[in-house]
Amino acid sequence: MSVAGTKSIETEAPQASPGALLAFWNNPIGKKALMSLTGIILSLYVFAHLLGNMQIYVGAEAINGYAHLLHKNLALLWTARVVLLAAVLVHALAGVQLYLNKANTRPVQYAERVNIISTTASRTMIWSGVLIFAFVIYHVLDLTVGVAHAGPYEDVMPYQNVLSGFRFLPAAIAYVVAMVGVGFHLWHGLYSLFQSLGMSHPRYTPMVQKGAAIVGTLVALANISVPIAVLTGLLR
Amino acid sequence: MRLTLEIWRQKNGSDPGRFVTYEVEANEHMSFLEMLDVLNQGLIAKGEEPVAFDNDCREGICGMCGFLIDGQAHGPNHPGTVCQLHMRFFHDGQKLRLEPWRAAAFPIVKDLVVNRSALDRIIAAGGYNSVRTGSAPEANAILINKNDSDQAMEAAACIGCGACVAACPNAAAALFTGAKITQLSLLPQGQPERYIRVINMAGQHESEGFGHCTSIGECQAVCPAGIKIEVIARMNKDFIRASLKRRETTPPATISKSGSPYA
Amino acid sequence: MTDLNSKIPAGPLEKKWDEHKAHLKLVNPANKRKHTVIVVGTGLAGASAAASLGEMGYKVLSFCFQDSPRRAHSIAAQGGINAAKNYQNDGDSVYRLFYDTIKGGDFRAREANVYRLAQVSVNIIDQCVAQGVPFGREYSGTLANRSFGGAQVSRTFYARGQTGQQLLLGAYQALMKQVSAGTVVHHSRREMLELVVVDGRARGIVTRNLVTGKIESHVADAVVLCTGGYGNTFYLSTNAKGCNASAIWRAHRKGAFFANPCYTQIHPTCIPKSGEYQSKLTLMSESLRNDGRVWVPKKKGDHRPPNEIPEDERDYYLERVYPSFGNLAPRDVSSRQAKYACDEGRGVGPGGLGVYLDFGDGIKRLGKKVIDERYGNLFEMYERITGDDPHVVPMRIYPAVHYTMGGLWVDYNLMSSIPGLFVGGEANFSDHGANRLGASALMQGLADGYFVLPFTVSDYLASGGYAKVDTNHAAVKDAEREVQGRLDKFLAINGKNSVDHFHRALGEIMWEDCGMARSKESLTRALEQIPKLQEQFWSDLRVTGAGADLNQELEKAGRVADFFELAQLLCYDALKREESCGGHFRVEHQTPDGEAKRNDAEFAYVAAWEWKGADETPELHKEPLVYENIQLATRSYK
Repeated sequence: MSVAGTKSIETEAPQASPGALLAFWNNPIGKKALMSLTGIILSLYVFAHLLGNMQIYVGAEAINGYAHLLHKNLALLWTARVVLLAAVLVHALAGVQLYLNKANTRPVQYAERVNIISTTASRTMIWSGVLIFAFVIYHVLDLTVGVAHAGPYEDVMPYQNVLSGFRFLPAAIAYVVAMVGVGFHLWHGLYSLFQSLGMSHPRYTPMVQKGAAIVGTLVALANISVPIAVLTGLLR
Repeated sequence: MRLTLEIWRQKNGSDPGRFVTYEVEANEHMSFLEMLDVLNQGLIAKGEEPVAFDNDCREGICGMCGFLIDGQAHGPNHPGTVCQLHMRFFHDGQKLRLEPWRAAAFPIVKDLVVNRSALDRIIAAGGYNSVRTGSAPEANAILINKNDSDQAMEAAACIGCGACVAACPNAAAALFTGAKITQLSLLPQGQPERYIRVINMAGQHESEGFGHCTSIGECQAVCPAGIKIEVIARMNKDFIRASLKRRETTPPATISKSGSPYA
Repeated sequence: MTDLNSKIPAGPLEKKWDEHKAHLKLVNPANKRKHTVIVVGTGLAGASAAASLGEMGYKVLSFCFQDSPRRAHSIAAQGGINAAKNYQNDGDSVYRLFYDTIKGGDFRAREANVYRLAQVSVNIIDQCVAQGVPFGREYSGTLANRSFGGAQVSRTFYARGQTGQQLLLGAYQALMKQVSAGTVVHHSRREMLELVVVDGRARGIVTRNLVTGKIESHVADAVVLCTGGYGNTFYLSTNAKGCNASAIWRAHRKGAFFANPCYTQIHPTCIPKSGEYQSKLTLMSESLRNDGRVWVPKKKGDHRPPNEIPEDERDYYLERVYPSFGNLAPRDVSSRQAKYACDEGRGVGPGGLGVYLDFGDGIKRLGKKVIDERYGNLFEMYERITGDDPHVVPMRIYPAVHYTMGGLWVDYNLMSSIPGLFVGGEANFSDHGANRLGASALMQGLADGYFVLPFTVSDYLASGGYAKVDTNHAAVKDAEREVQGRLDKFLAINGKNSVDHFHRALGEIMWEDCGMARSKESLTRALEQIPKLQEQFWSDLRVTGAGADLNQELEKAGRVADFFELAQLLCYDALKREESCGGHFRVEHQTPDGEAKRNDAEFAYVAAWEWKGADETPELHKEPLVYENIQLATRSYK
């Protein structure tokens, strides 16, 4: 509602012009906030993907049926794929830009600097990130497109593909290593996103921090269980 | 006790600098800086130039002193500044390495002395409540919840020493900037300028060449004033809110590095 | 015989300042930016003055020797700031704060100045709260107060044990705001080494850029010195290592009178010295005496650990001697009693130079939580330094030089005897008389900077009458040459001993012969020894390095050279003041029970000294202290 030049600031929608968005992106705080938002999208995908994966223990019908269900609505599937791809690109671009800036912020390195309280996970986000990025490309080529698959690839038949793929030891090892990276990335990322989005509380933040470590570990272990189960013959 | 010190010596900003090893005889009641005084008196007696290090109050409050001892900002006893670090935390025969704060935003002046005027410019960009001298309302007209006031005090305790920057792998001054933003945004008097403040201070922080925060917490581990990284979260929250509220599209002007306050 | 015009306005005490302010001249807003004002020092007085003058529209040049204006030593003040707000409804008023301050100063301060101080004290709190200074609060949301030495009301506002820090950061932020507004140009790591006087007026300063060694000159229409006190004359003091008197001493040599240099305050609660290498003494806030009890063993040489000494073998001497003020007796009184106890051989700790400050009862009465809330960071600081936990073991404390009430003489407008040279904060002599009460230094610094100097400096600028000068003026060039000459001289001596060596030796003389108890004999001895030491300093000093660099030894040499001269004036003033008052205690002048005995008939004056040359006796100018509103009384805290 506006009456001849007496617009109220509060009632107006914020104007997110391209300039404001660019300014937001150009400040590390803004960049980290965008990394957090895209990180939330990607984490939710990781959880959903894990739940999907776990159906492999129910049986071939369950997981193959689930895969077919996902492929039923192609519009939805591709929307999801585009959103995820965009999230990955924003997340990775921000992460790499910030990492590269380190050389500018401290051009002369210390002879020695001791880390006191930080976790290994928190200091290796760029490397776990790069690892995950490389893995995602391989993973898509392996189990979605099938061109990098070790065994015979069958379209939208994840049960068969997983079994044939993981019987090839190097593929299983690569998968396990990547999942350790995912665990580490979640360990710090799930806590850090609260911090970056401005949510901190002396009572809840320690719980978030512990929770993130537990969730990261569980996601990694659960995912790793699949190739182990294949190699040990539990899944056949 | 006898100590071996490996100290960074650098004549001025353009000298590449190097570590030089010294031996010094100290006792456990001395403060770390008093031990360096002893070393320096010995160097003067030999006609050598003493090690330059910033210090002033030697009570841990002025924020002037600070360097890394064996890779830790302000040494091994946290929280505390080097002037408040006593030699009883070390033992006879120990070898220690002394290195200045290193960051693009903190150019080295000499030996262990760095230029921290970037922190002044961050404050100048918005770290204040604008209140014309003599125009303030009656003090008790503004009631403030004791918890908020106490939290503001905790954030306000920052001594501006720069240890957070030194300990951060990205050389960010987020703890410093967040502390001031938190102090003022927790108080009712700070509300009118709350959002423009965070935009301007965060902008200045960026343009000074400090890095970004990755929430790893090394800054709070070395902070002599015990500031917690919660203040960074508060800064982030205000920055995000301020960005959403903003109506103008051009980023604010930043204060030039070559100009005041380091004219 | 007086030729000093204090310019105290006529009229009733309560109206003097308002009336005076109403008639001070103003500068037209459009003309303000044509005036330049130099402010040296960025402590409470300097930062607040520079910020306020900048805000008014003047072009302000501000200077500090530290790397940032926020480091000024005001930052170390722990306890609090007084203000006559009467929030506690305990009968406080502007008059009572005024009276307590005059009495605390042992009736050696100007009535009009102190009354003005008490009046503006209330505005200071308003100003600081608006700036966001997080003062301690009650659960109701209102401001909290604590009581402090020398007062029977609770009027001290505090921000934990970091009041000075918070007030200074408030003023620093106001200053930084003006820096970004472009009205203040600030210069860090610059040390003022000379005052420029043109046609009898202060017109500029010569500074050394401590990073590049460059000698730089700055000219202005008025110069404001807020450069702190001269406590470091004693080498060991609670002052910061860099605190120095060079700015005021250089001004003194250029004609500014130095008033009451012998009024030095010895603070009763400091951490005792632990060895020869000791570089400074750390203060434990006087506020600790609210809940801590001071005692020594009754027996001489009782070396049992404090907790093993039973209650009836402890002498709570302050409570015994001063039943009504007890542990809150003023600083000078408490310090002297500690000295007496130690002189009797009842001191504790190494060398017997210490007394206990015990929180056992306080913790029992209030609980650990309340005590920690009040003094948490002080306890931490004590433990960090000594390794003892004051919750368990009583603190050991001993007096140390803390504050100097004397300073450059100023009139009611805070202008020195050189026109255009203003002096604020600890650097002037104006408000504390012979002794300063706790929580009054912060009050004075901010009163001068926010509420007095902006008006009086404006009045001076508006009055005009001075010509334009630039940095090519002969007086500027002369001053630069003088500065350069002195620096070259230090570097050329090439002797054997360091600056610290001489400074420490000077400090020992001063502490022994001009410390807590002074006598004709000790002062005469000091006046013989100091010049000898000074001569050695000028012939046997070793300053390493060069002038065109960051050279901390060279910085110290200049400061100590000035301390040598100042120390002699200090002792001379102490010798000539044949009475005991406040921080100046002459053993010849005491009551039978060891209290200070003033001589109002002969010494109720301000001793303002004029520099006559390096080898000349300074000339005394007396400003009589006229009390129109209060009766001179013997100070009693019994």
